[in-house]
Amino acid sequence: MAWFRRSEVVIAGILMLAMILIGLINPAFWGLDNLFSLLRSNVIIGIMALGVLLVMISGGIDVSFPAFAVAAMYLTVKAMIALGMDGVALPMAMATLMGMAFGCVNAVFVHNFRMIPLIVTLGTSGMVRGFLLGVVGTSMININAMPQSLLEFAKTDIISLSKPDGTTYGLTAMVLVYGGLALLMHLVLRYTMIGRSVYAYGGDAEAARRAGFNPAKTVFFVYAVAGALAGFAGLLHSGMIWLANPRDFVGLELDVIAAVVLGGASIFGGRGSVLGTMLGVFMLVMVKNSLIIMKVDTTWQRVAVGIIIIIATALTAWRDRRRQA
Amino acid sequence: MNTELNSGPKNGFDIRRLINRDNNIVQLLLMTVLIFVVMTALSPDKFLRYYNFESLTYLFPELGLLAIAMMIAMLTGGIDLSVVGIANLSGILAGVIFHKIAGDSGVAGTGFPTVLLGIGVAIATGAVAGAINGLLITRMNITPILATLGTGQVYTGLAVVLTGGPAIVGFPDMWSFIGNGKILGLATPFVLFLVLMVLLAWVLTRTTFGINLMLIGTNPKAALFAGLKRERMVLYSYILTGVLGSIAGIMLSGRTNAAKSDYGTSYLLQAVLIAVLGGTNPAGGKGSVIGVSIAVIALMLLSSGFTILRFSNHLVDFIWGAFLLLVIALNAWKNRGR
Amino acid sequence: MSDIFLDLRNIRKEFSGVVALDNLSLTIRTGEIHCLAGENGSGKSTVIKVISGVYQPDGGEIYLNGKPCQKLTPISAIAQGVQVIYQDFSLFGNLTVAENLAMNVHLGNRRHLMNWRETRAIAEEAVKRLGVDLDLDAEVASLPTAGKQLVAIARALMSDARLIIMDEPTTALTRKEVETLFRIVRDIQARGIAILFVSHKMREMLEISERLTVVRNGRKVAEGPISEFDEPTITRHMTGTDIRHQPYVWTPPAGTVPAPRLEMRNVSLPGVLQDLSLSIRPGEIVGLSGLLGSGRTEAALTLFGMKPGYGGEILVDGKPVRLRSVHDAIEAGIAYVPEDRLSEGLFLPQSINRNMLATCYERLAPRWVINRRKAEELTGGMFRAMQIAARSGEQAVNQLSGGNQQRVVIGRWLLTDARILILNGPTVGVDVGSKAEIHHKIRDLAVQHGLAVLMISDDVPELVQNCNRIVLMHRGRFVEEVESATTSEDRIGETLKTFT
Repeated sequence: MAWFRRSEVVIAGILMLAMILIGLINPAFWGLDNLFSLLRSNVIIGIMALGVLLVMISGGIDVSFPAFAVAAMYLTVKAMIALGMDGVALPMAMATLMGMAFGCVNAVFVHNFRMIPLIVTLGTSGMVRGFLLGVVGTSMININAMPQSLLEFAKTDIISLSKPDGTTYGLTAMVLVYGGLALLMHLVLRYTMIGRSVYAYGGDAEAARRAGFNPAKTVFFVYAVAGALAGFAGLLHSGMIWLANPRDFVGLELDVIAAVVLGGASIFGGRGSVLGTMLGVFMLVMVKNSLIIMKVDTTWQRVAVGIIIIIATALTAWRDRRRQA
Repeated sequence: MNTELNSGPKNGFDIRRLINRDNNIVQLLLMTVLIFVVMTALSPDKFLRYYNFESLTYLFPELGLLAIAMMIAMLTGGIDLSVVGIANLSGILAGVIFHKIAGDSGVAGTGFPTVLLGIGVAIATGAVAGAINGLLITRMNITPILATLGTGQVYTGLAVVLTGGPAIVGFPDMWSFIGNGKILGLATPFVLFLVLMVLLAWVLTRTTFGINLMLIGTNPKAALFAGLKRERMVLYSYILTGVLGSIAGIMLSGRTNAAKSDYGTSYLLQAVLIAVLGGTNPAGGKGSVIGVSIAVIALMLLSSGFTILRFSNHLVDFIWGAFLLLVIALNAWKNRGR
Repeated sequence: MSDIFLDLRNIRKEFSGVVALDNLSLTIRTGEIHCLAGENGSGKSTVIKVISGVYQPDGGEIYLNGKPCQKLTPISAIAQGVQVIYQDFSLFGNLTVAENLAMNVHLGNRRHLMNWRETRAIAEEAVKRLGVDLDLDAEVASLPTAGKQLVAIARALMSDARLIIMDEPTTALTRKEVETLFRIVRDIQARGIAILFVSHKMREMLEISERLTVVRNGRKVAEGPISEFDEPTITRHMTGTDIRHQPYVWTPPAGTVPAPRLEMRNVSLPGVLQDLSLSIRPGEIVGLSGLLGSGRTEAALTLFGMKPGYGGEILVDGKPVRLRSVHDAIEAGIAYVPEDRLSEGLFLPQSINRNMLATCYERLAPRWVINRRKAEELTGGMFRAMQIAARSGEQAVNQLSGGNQQRVVIGRWLLTDARILILNGPTVGVDVGSKAEIHHKIRDLAVQHGLAVLMISDDVPELVQNCNRIVLMHRGRFVEEVESATTSEDRIGETLKTFT
């Protein structure tokens, strides 16, 4: 386990360096309002990253979760409007369950049909998005039509401060939701047998089967939880941006996978941690958001993300090679 | 352990597999005919028009090339998720050059040398982008999925930076000929596709390069001990993949007279689907140009049929995804108990 | 009889109509060391899978502790005290030793939560029971093979095993490690736990087991106390034929001593190899042995261009060569048959022809275009020369027996006109019958083609029988060189034992 810690220390160190650098270019980076908004941007990507982390520890990869998130979000909001539903817990449960159901479809194909996860999730992703846009609809639901309870919930702040010019800013309570889920995921991964089975399965699937783990249970757990987290994050996202857009989250899979890889998880399975993933997410979000602060044109965002993925993966590949040597 | 005892059933499998191998092509052909018949039955007056098939010969080559490119990357157990990014970037770079050279006079009448330059730039873009993928995979030992995921972002991102958002509209007439013209009464892209198809089928089965790719994909470690130049061959395969991507980009921008950073994003899923459907093993070592070519025609008939039936584009996406999963399920069902 | 732990009666197992086990019976008494001998493909592994509940037999009965078992599943087999230690150990390389040791206990107790303190306690207990020293916090992937095996054995002991099945446990071990293993096996036996030792290595069977069952073609062909057997009888039972060995004698052609084909002069590799000097003349078969980690594989890889950082000089036919890559080595006429045929040597689903041509495609096709007629000539000729038993060169290699597969790999190198052949464990995992044939082939090649052969092996008898000279290696040095004619297996065995 010492090795894991070391890898997280490295990430944290790089993160610190990057923060100091950005702070030097523009001291506004260290402003509380900027830091609060950074943390806020971590929430959705972070929750999804927890799911992707789980999938990657099990030795798989998931590119379908943004499609699941958007489908769960849009269908739930539509249902709430159609049924005149209000409240927070029930809709959240609905979205989560919907994501979980989608995730189970992935699990069926990965486990029962033994197909490569990348190809399965590409397929389910295309299907779910196609169905959503082709059958359910393409129109956005904006703030006026959105269920108010969701917006109110997502508006909750932990700290509220006001600037000299009178505008107020705060730290959204959603970071607590994110933190809670992360803690839960950490506990599950470390202190439950199902969590250990994910590491075992990702380390050596055949050995896991022989030891008496139930591979079906592990695979379904992994993809169902990844789907559930995506569904939950999707609905939360619509509450936070006051908008339900059925075309949302396009290309987000790349950011999230990048963040998880950046956080030290191995694409070959068996390795990865919640803390590392959270650091990876923070790093990615920070770099993306800070391009503006550093006065770089936003069109460069994708290039920046791409370069981060390449550097992060090159570093992990280099590290893995050294471990073997 | 049971080699001796199992030789009986394995020999049985061998014969079956030999038939199966050709069967794969036969199955694909049967599926194509089936799709054709069903679509004809559903909408005979619209589906059976000459115009419908002619327009297909303009549409499918770009997708077909992307799928063949994907298959080539899969031969060594890799994948190229950046191929659509390469296609778009190539078209955009060529477009930027045309607009720079033509200035205010308009690009439509650009001369032959300039168009040739554009083609050169586009293909060079593909080659360089492919080489970057290949180097990241062979030299830096990055898994192909992650390497091309990252470079795909970079290539698409560069395309965004170059266009500054909106599309580059307007290409030289001669350029459009590649996407819209006719040679001997056949669509130029179709002719181009046929030529490339034959060439690539030959390269993969009759040259050192092609056979080395199959061997490397089958067992990379054994390839090392057999003295195959794994790194170089994998590098070449990604360069080839990139070049095919850029040719698809030329066709795409020629056909639509525009180049955009997010053109054909759904092509990525479709290229993977067609490659897998065409009998490519995503784990490496197996794949054929013919299989992929038939698969692309089958799927284009399918989606054109659905478009005629007034299904929206999104629904066609849905059907593509469903089709991919169906094929996986069918294959699993066919191979069960092995 | 109460002291019988496991009784298989008339077990029958078919796979799609092909009989794998035919009326097979096997009795294992409580606390005995029983050896299950048989060639590859004889049905040994099917027996293991029937006992461990992975396969359901199509006929016959299984009695455990005197009680009939209607339907044995992996879980019920474990519950009755049956533990299998697979050849690959089935460990989790990404987890710590402690977690690997405790995992099965937790699973057996149907735990839902992971208690790390308890895990630690279980692991300590496991290590104590085995009486060995293991770093519980180490990641299993970082352990050497022998260490992994200890973890696997300790884990098996934790689940109150009554019978431990060891599948080819000595394959990757050095002689010294084998002795440690045997000591542990006897220690386990002393606690009343039965051991089923599955192997095809004769000397080890004779050394460790009390009773022996030999299977051939899915049938039991012999059974009895070990005192009733010796090497020739076991071989006869396993193969159904008699195999006689004749030592290899190399005679330089009339009076002249030919120039060395391969010469190593003070070859060294920082931290691994020191000052290796050796020359091999055409037609010579030189054996190389030493413990795992002695540097013998590194020495071979250096000759094969895979350790470009070496120092010293290597000469082929008197000309100095610089081996910076596999390509350089092949150009110089050096061929290497790797230890693990399946994972390093062959392209399994591909045809025999493609496998044989793999290395010489480049020469067949200077401009990348393959001359198909020439290719057919080459493969056809080699197919016949190597006497490969297959319908045609288009048959896939994964349908061949181990011995024929090895011929394909050797044939590949002969097509490159190799003059120096390095064989690393040429008969590992090859059954007794094919083993003799492969040895025969190698001798033929050495004589007929004037090859210089370097044969690396753990199997001392194999070296003594097939090499005219044997070099022993220890800690990166060649420490002893002996003429086979003047030595014996036991003497070499003794020398190897002195290495630590």
